[in-house]
Amino acid sequence: MNTKDIVLIALFAALMAALGVVPQITLPLGVPITAQSMGVMLAGALLGAKRGGLAIALFLGLVALGLPLLAGGRGGAGVFFGASGGFLIGFVVGAFVIGLLFDRHKTQPAFLLSLIYILVGGIGVVYLFGVPWLAQIAELSLGQALVGSAAFLPGDCVKAVLTALIAREVRKAIPTL
Amino acid sequence: MLDLYVARDSPLHALAPGWKILALAIVCSVLFAIDHIALSLGALCGTLVLYRVARLSVAMAWQQVRPAWWIFGLIFVAQLVFNSWLIGLFVILRFAVLLMLAGLLTLTTKSSDMIDGIEAGLTPLRRFGFRTEGISLAISLTLRFIPVLTQVVQEVREAQNTRGLERNPFAIAIPSIVRTIKISEEISDAIDARGF
Repeated sequence: MNTKDIVLIALFAALMAALGVVPQITLPLGVPITAQSMGVMLAGALLGAKRGGLAIALFLGLVALGLPLLAGGRGGAGVFFGASGGFLIGFVVGAFVIGLLFDRHKTQPAFLLSLIYILVGGIGVVYLFGVPWLAQIAELSLGQALVGSAAFLPGDCVKAVLTALIAREVRKAIPTL
Repeated sequence: MLDLYVARDSPLHALAPGWKILALAIVCSVLFAIDHIALSLGALCGTLVLYRVARLSVAMAWQQVRPAWWIFGLIFVAQLVFNSWLIGLFVILRFAVLLMLAGLLTLTTKSSDMIDGIEAGLTPLRRFGFRTEGISLAISLTLRFIPVLTQVVQEVREAQNTRGLERNPFAIAIPSIVRTIKISEEISDAIDARGF
């Protein structure tokens, strides 16, 4: 890990914070729809597994330190115990998995393939952590928690498509990333 | 690094940054763990007292909150629509207290001391093979990058405005990301040149 890697990790952690300012909508269960999950997808797709995962981990570390950087101005160690705590942990793993899938290619993967990667890591993995956690915290069955979270799916799919398009152009502009 | 430190002779200024960060983390976590407006109101009063202890004016506490007014407005409207005005008020109050407390930390601690404090706190991690200098560098860079990002997005938006593209998310996002990555490459060269 050289200085360039550290600076890029910091940059994408800051990008996560900046995306948190985009207004959020809170659903009845208390789980917010935010633009921040797009930051997770971008970090994985542009930085790869190690740097992408660390960027999100760094961002969450700052949140845990008490900076109100999560969407809606939430922060502090308390958020990790709330309804969306599992999704936050899933963010780190999701970015890592997206990066892992992208890292398998020496050159830019085909658009459809990169979209699938982003869907798998950015939605599949994130939900894998978030849904059981939500079920536990909100006293729901897994099925109920999944149905409750499904409200986010359309928005998350739109974010995945946006990310795939943006990542393709950015990688084209900076192939050495 | 942008330093917001205001020199005063007070016990809060003299306190080691590690303790201040720890206290901030604990207070924030308690405020989020116990969702009660009375607690947040109490915390607001306590925070204002701390500003007096640090010999800083109430106006300075207000300055920490002022830039976030439009976010408060958005939160309030969203809570009004989806929940209730009382929850909106509570969320904004808690948010304001956090901003003031985090601001108090910044106002009473030199950034260089802050980074040293975080690094000292992370030292035990060295035993597990972490490069702790890298972690504190990354933390301070992140905090510095947030205003840089806002500025870059603003510049790109103005540029795209003249082309009539200010409503196209791609025309804003792609140049902003490419530009900030280029800036970050320059920064890493500068850090290396100084022998980090």
